[in-house]
Amino acid sequence: MAKKLAIIASKGTLDGAYPPFLLASTAAALGFEAKIFFTFYGLQLLKKDMSLKVSPLGNPAMPMPVPVPSIVQIIPGLEAFATWMMQRKLKKKGVASVAELREICLKSDVELIACQMTVDLFDFKNSDFIDGISHGGAATFLEFASEADITLYI
Amino acid sequence: MSDFDTEIDTSGLNCPLPVLKARKMLNEMSASQRLRLICTDTGALKDIPAFCKMTGNPLLSSEEVEGKLYFIIEKGA
Repeated sequence: MAKKLAIIASKGTLDGAYPPFLLASTAAALGFEAKIFFTFYGLQLLKKDMSLKVSPLGNPAMPMPVPVPSIVQIIPGLEAFATWMMQRKLKKKGVASVAELREICLKSDVELIACQMTVDLFDFKNSDFIDGISHGGAATFLEFASEADITLYI
Repeated sequence: MSDFDTEIDTSGLNCPLPVLKARKMLNEMSASQRLRLICTDTGALKDIPAFCKMTGNPLLSSEEVEGKLYFIIEKGA
């Protein structure tokens, strides 16, 4: 029987988007049955238009070309600059884009589940999300996770 | 270097693309056909053997020539 991977994706940042899609697409390539449950800010990863960002603010471990004090990081445009820099680096190093990994997940039958409670909480519309996803709640995730070989909260 | 039927060059691509591209190609091949996979991602040195082991596609050879990794993978039954 196929191994199973269950992931909770709770982050909606550019850097937070990589682990769930990367691990699930690779798991599918290894023959796993994989499901990702998107909750809270993780729901951004199911949007048609993701426009994900990365912020150095509150993230002291983020490598910067020059040290930028926290007080300066609140300047408008700094987040956009950091995002642009990260995206350029990802491309230069031959790392797949988040959209590409998400597409591979869909094509390799990784089930992408939107947490219905947080969809309602944030008043998101189903038309905001990509096609091919499903909806569910805590029990939906736990049922699958109870049989999973690997369970991750990201 | 062993003979092969198909080749993919993933030079310049990083984890997990070599594995994902190998998977896609193997899906299109028939059993006992051989794939030569070329990688520059040094993580592939561990990742490709792990992929082969988990998917039952034997890794026939792996070698490094001038900074590139060459794997020969046989499609399992």
